[in-house]
Amino acid sequence: MESNTKYRIPFLLLFITLLLCFVMNISLGSVSIPLKETFSAIFGGELSNDSSKYIIWNYRFPKAFTAILVGSGLALSGLLMQTLFRNPLAGPFVLGISSGASLGAALLIMGATLFSGIFSFGIINDISLAIASSMGSFLVLLIVVVVALRIKDTMALLIIGLMFGSITAAIVSVLSYFTDAEKLQQYIYWSFGSVGNLSWHQLLLLTIIMLIGVVLSIIAIKPLNSLLLGENYARSMGVNLKKSRYIIIIATGLLAGAITAYAGPIAFIGLAVPHLTRQIFNTTDHKVLVPAVLVYGAILMLICDTIAQLPTSANVLPINAITSIVGAPVVIWLLVRKKKMIF
Amino acid sequence: MVTTVATGLNFSLQKGELGAIVGVNGIGKSTLLRTLGKVQRKLSGTISLNDKRLKNYAALELASTLSIVLTEPLVSKNLTVQELIALGRQPYTNWIGKLSKKDISKIQEAIALIDLEGLKTKKCYELSDGQLQRVMIARALAQDTSIILLDEPTSHLDLHHKVQILKLLKRIAHRTQKTILFTSHEIEMAIQLCDKILIMNKDGHEFGEPSKLIKKQSFESLFPSDILKFDAKTASFKIIK
Repeated sequence: MESNTKYRIPFLLLFITLLLCFVMNISLGSVSIPLKETFSAIFGGELSNDSSKYIIWNYRFPKAFTAILVGSGLALSGLLMQTLFRNPLAGPFVLGISSGASLGAALLIMGATLFSGIFSFGIINDISLAIASSMGSFLVLLIVVVVALRIKDTMALLIIGLMFGSITAAIVSVLSYFTDAEKLQQYIYWSFGSVGNLSWHQLLLLTIIMLIGVVLSIIAIKPLNSLLLGENYARSMGVNLKKSRYIIIIATGLLAGAITAYAGPIAFIGLAVPHLTRQIFNTTDHKVLVPAVLVYGAILMLICDTIAQLPTSANVLPINAITSIVGAPVVIWLLVRKKKMIF
Repeated sequence: MVTTVATGLNFSLQKGELGAIVGVNGIGKSTLLRTLGKVQRKLSGTISLNDKRLKNYAALELASTLSIVLTEPLVSKNLTVQELIALGRQPYTNWIGKLSKKDISKIQEAIALIDLEGLKTKKCYELSDGQLQRVMIARALAQDTSIILLDEPTSHLDLHHKVQILKLLKRIAHRTQKTILFTSHEIEMAIQLCDKILIMNKDGHEFGEPSKLIKKQSFESLFPSDILKFDAKTASFKIIK
C-alpha cells in the first residue's frame, strides 16, 4: 500500500544508470570519439569533426536506441510469459515466436538450395530477412492463438508452444543439412542477432510496435497481479481470463515478434531480466515489475552491446553470445546470494 | 462416462449461517462447492443466486457477491500478507488496481478481524499452513461478499489449527452476517460448530441443523458400519475393534 513512495529512489537510480549506460554505449566503439564530442552530439552542439557526427547520428544512436528497445521489449515479454504460464523458466519465446522467425529466415536463406525455383526469393538483405522472419513468427503466433481459442488449460498452451518450437527447429536442421556452407554461415550470422542494422525509419516502426505492446502490458497489470494467486482465484475476483490471456499473448507476440524480426533471435534477456528485477526489487507486484523490467532490460542490453562491439577494435562479437556470458553469471550470483528464488 | 454421485440436492443457508458439506471421499463435495462458486462448469441443472441464474452473472458482479478459498496452492508465495489480502479488493479497484481509502479500510478490517496485524508485512512463504489459511480467509473477507465458499479449509492442519479456523469461520458468519459454506472431513467439529450441515451420501443427502441430523440418525450411514459407528450421545465416531 505504501508501494508508491517505497520504490521512488530505486527507480531514480535505475534511470540514472540507464542514462550512464546510454552515454557509455554512444561514446565507445571501433572509432574513438572523445567524450566531449559525444556530449555535443547528444545535446545538439557543434562538432569539430564531421565524420564523428556522422558515426554518432547514423550509426551509434540508432544502435543504442535499438538496444534499448530490444532489451526492454524482450524483458517485458518474458515477464508476461512467466506470469501467464506460472513458470519461472518461461521466456518471450515459449510461444514459438523465435522458432517461427528462425524458420522464416532459414527458408529465405537456405530454402533456395533445397527447393530451387520454388523458393527463389531474390535478393537476401536485411529488409527481406526482417520480412521473412516476422512472417514466420507471425504465422506461428497465429497458430498458437487459434489453438488458445480451443484450449482452456494454459499449461497445455505452453507445451504446444514448445512443440511448435521443436518442429520448426527440426525443419531448420533439415534445411541446414542440405544447404551449402556459405548459406549456412549467412543463417548462423542472422541467428547471432544484431542491434546495429536498423535505419531511423525501421527504428520508428519498431518503436510504434513496442509502444502498442507496452500499452497492452500496462492494461494487463491488474489481471497479471491476480494471476499470482492462480487462474481460479483470478476468475473469482472478476478477471475476464480469456480476454486477459489474449491481451498478454498479443502483447508478447508484438514485442518479441517485432524485435526478433529486426534484431534476430536474442536469447537470455527475456528469461533473465524478470528474475533479476524480482530479486532486486523483492516484489511480484506488476505495477512495479512492468516499468522495472523495461529499464533493466534496456540497461543490460546497452551494456552487452557495448561489450559486443569491443571498444577500439574493428571486430564485433555476436550479441547473442554476450547477453548470456554477461547475464548468466549475474543471475547465478543473485540466486546464490539471496538463497531463494523469488517468483 | 459420467458417474452421477449426487442428485436432487436441495438445501438452503440463511444470512449469517455457517454451513458444512460432509461426506466420504469422491462423493462430490468439492465438485458441488466449486460448481456453486462457478470455479468449474455445472454438469446440468440450474444454479440461482439471489433469484438470478449464476450463468447470467457478469464476472465482476459475481466477484462482489461470492468469494472463494480453494485448496490449490498459490502461484506466487512472494506476496506479503498485506498484498495478498489487498488482491481481494480487485473487483472494486480501478483499471490499474489502485486502492481507494475504502479499499484500504476494508483490508484493515479483514486484518483486524482475523488478527493478522503481526503478520501483515511477512511474505507468504514465511507462514505456516494455518497462518496461510487465515490469510486466504482474510483475502476472501476483504472481497466483501455476502457469501464465502471454502474448499476443505482445514486440510493439512493440526487439531488445534483446525478448531481455530472453524471457530474463526463461525465468528465471521455470526458477526458479519455472511453466509459461509465449506467442505470438510471434520464431521465431529462441524457438528459442534456449524449451524447447518449437508451430508452427502451415495443414496441421497440430508440437510439440517446438526442436532436434528443426530436425532434422525443421519450420520450413521455415512461410513461402512463394520468400521465406524456413530455415537449419538457424544456426537462422535467410534472405531469398531
